[in-house]
Amino acid sequence: MSNTGPDAITGPTPDNAIRQADIAEKEAAGGDAAHAGPVLAADGTPLKQSLNRALRRQKLRALALIAPLLVFILVTFIAPIADMLFRSVENEIVEETLPRTIKVLEDWDGQGVPGEPAFEALAYDLMIAAELKNHTRLGSRLNYETTGVSSLFRKSGRRVDDIGEVYADQFIALDPAWEEPATWIALMAAPGWSAGEGEIPAAFEMRDGVAEVLPRTADMYGAFADVIRTEDEESVADEEPWNIVYEALYRDLSENPEAAIAFDGENAARLAAAAEAVPGFETTTMSEIFIDIDKDWGSNNTWGTIEAFSSRYTSGYFLASADYQLTPDGIERQPEDQQIYGLLFQRTLFMSMTIMISCVLLGYPVAFLLSNLPMRTSNLLMILVLLPFWTSLLVRTSAWKVLLQQQGVINDILVWIGLVADDNRLELINNQTGTIIAMTHILLPFMILPLYSVMKTIPPSYVRAAKSLGATDWTAFWRVYFPQSVPGIGAGCILVFILSIGYYITPELVGGTTGTFISNRIAYHISSSLNWGLAAALGTILLAVVLVLYWIYDRIVGIDNVSLG
Amino acid sequence: MGLPPYATTGQKIWHYSYLVICGLIFFFLIAPILTIIPLSFNAENFFTFTPGMLSFDPDAYSLKHYEDFFTNPNWQQALWNSVKIAPVATLLSVALGTLAAVGLSQSHVPFRRAIMAIMISPMIVPLIISAAGMYFFYSRIGLQGTYLGVVLAHAALGIPFVIITVTATLVGFDRSLTRASANMGAGPVRTFFRIQMPLIMPGVISGGLFAFITSFDEVVVVLFVGSAGQKTLPWQMFIGLREQISPTILAVATLLVVISIGLLTTVEILRRRSERLRGMSPG
Repeated sequence: MSNTGPDAITGPTPDNAIRQADIAEKEAAGGDAAHAGPVLAADGTPLKQSLNRALRRQKLRALALIAPLLVFILVTFIAPIADMLFRSVENEIVEETLPRTIKVLEDWDGQGVPGEPAFEALAYDLMIAAELKNHTRLGSRLNYETTGVSSLFRKSGRRVDDIGEVYADQFIALDPAWEEPATWIALMAAPGWSAGEGEIPAAFEMRDGVAEVLPRTADMYGAFADVIRTEDEESVADEEPWNIVYEALYRDLSENPEAAIAFDGENAARLAAAAEAVPGFETTTMSEIFIDIDKDWGSNNTWGTIEAFSSRYTSGYFLASADYQLTPDGIERQPEDQQIYGLLFQRTLFMSMTIMISCVLLGYPVAFLLSNLPMRTSNLLMILVLLPFWTSLLVRTSAWKVLLQQQGVINDILVWIGLVADDNRLELINNQTGTIIAMTHILLPFMILPLYSVMKTIPPSYVRAAKSLGATDWTAFWRVYFPQSVPGIGAGCILVFILSIGYYITPELVGGTTGTFISNRIAYHISSSLNWGLAAALGTILLAVVLVLYWIYDRIVGIDNVSLG
Repeated sequence: MGLPPYATTGQKIWHYSYLVICGLIFFFLIAPILTIIPLSFNAENFFTFTPGMLSFDPDAYSLKHYEDFFTNPNWQQALWNSVKIAPVATLLSVALGTLAAVGLSQSHVPFRRAIMAIMISPMIVPLIISAAGMYFFYSRIGLQGTYLGVVLAHAALGIPFVIITVTATLVGFDRSLTRASANMGAGPVRTFFRIQMPLIMPGVISGGLFAFITSFDEVVVVLFVGSAGQKTLPWQMFIGLREQISPTILAVATLLVVISIGLLTTVEILRRRSERLRGMSPG
């Protein structure tokens, strides 16, 4: 598009006019004093001013024409790419699901198993997560890092309901009123609050000051009220609190026996009685309960994983793409048998390179022939290049799938002419050979077309001149013709290489397990393993490689010069 | 390329073997596509030539795979979906793309390079990455698995082709024509539709054809952005090739080759016409 730049436009534009107005003014100033002063337009405004206005209007009009498409592309295409880039580092799920635990773990030294407060916070977080059914999602997320975490979370989520039951029973034995939802509302809710009669109950309002004297209870009861209202769409006035709320109340009262003074009337009396009874309660420790649910909770590795992935953004996916992993002890290499991405990237690059080289080897002679034949013949032969170019990718892939099969046409012919034995047919498909053959065929036109357009511009007289000066055919070609065709090779190579490293369909269909590319792995992570973060990280790396290559391509040929047949 | 009469034997041998090599490469290019055409008329459910076919026995040929394509509800649904998606996506990309190309060809466009880069980007980014991004983003905003989502995604993929072909046509557009039109009192809208549009029409149509074929052939993005309800023809072929490979695919492939030949001819005719209008000889 460089040739539509401002100075390439034929005829006058406001630009030229402004320049002329400038010159005219200077001339006027340097000449007759009577004529000094700005040149005026027909309506009396200075000419420069009115030309500037015209220029501005023209720019706005151009932008107004471009704007709809720009917005469209930004929303339908650029935003998705940005979303993918964001997902490759995003890791909010841990902090969102286990906020209390993460806070406690901030002070953990990473040695052994964290103390009781961490288990307690975990119980609170897990209770809420299990009610919201978020714990399985978190489990699968952390399972990408440490196997076994997924089942650990699922198991714990099922049993978290029972945590605190022992306290609930003792409170109710002390005073059956503790079982009544009304008792809890009287204690915790702001005076005068009621759930209302609507479809969805009113939002819960906490009584002032409760959070100071009974922090855990206020926290858990508030969470309970929210979950009941938003998830179950029921009124907190009809529901007995979770067992864990009793546990929270027990902890608060044993820490602060004076809590009752913040209340009055019946609440104060009931709370005081409870506070008095609490030291005699049968107790349990959270760490024991959790380790009883699953012994993995007593392992440093589980807690280390939670801590290592507690930040909102993680480099974990990128490390995984490079066969490293983030462990509690820092960045480590993946175990030998799980190092697949390095191999996959290498294979993608190696196979793209092979395809690129075969395209040059096959494309160069054809492009040379096409550019040296008379126009009529070359146009006719060009159809043989353009027809595959225009044919659906799936048609060409299915053709190769049919041809390369063990019972397919190529093997049949080879057996018929006796090159291979009938019981020893070649394996041409579902391996690297299949991918390389099919993709060379599919990408060959992308090599021939740029080569042809460069070779067309090489004057035949150069080679003739070289020969007349005594060069042999080979020297004339190698020293004179070939160097001039190098830009075409460069353009074709980069184009073929870029297209092939991002290929998905053909490797998927003819590549089997050994002939697949990194893109197949990305697709696998999106649709089968559901590890979207890793898919996004792999995609980001691939995108970066492609963009760098395009930048080089742009420097060599210019993206605008892409020819379309 | 002819050999001079004084060519030595070595030169002759080299020349003819070169021609043979080129012939083989052309054969490599075209043979796979040509092979599937006779195979699609196979009376058996095989993917290779039966002895009957090789001896041109009429009984070895049949139209049963074509019949299957036109009666099987799976294939018909897929065809119908493709026909519903591609034209709408094409229309969207042609309308927006032409407008923007006209805007970009004005003499003063700020950030022209950046805007151009953004608009061409759907062609540059590998399809699997576009598909992944769109899948993530469209599921966030509820477009994943909807007809609208697939149309928008395909329109985005087709836009670079429209931009490239239309701007290429506009390069040869004589600006004094619009000035003349303005001089005679036509407004910008009238000038566009009566003067500019008819002249850049070949570029617009071939851009549209590219956008159409992009959408019609596209499978990666629709695999991710679409759901079973948007199963297009390429998608159905993809499933067929991956799971239960049936010779009906060859019948479909043959039909698609015929369509490609038609499109190729149209684009070529348009290109020649546009070059003739610009006063160049058809190349």
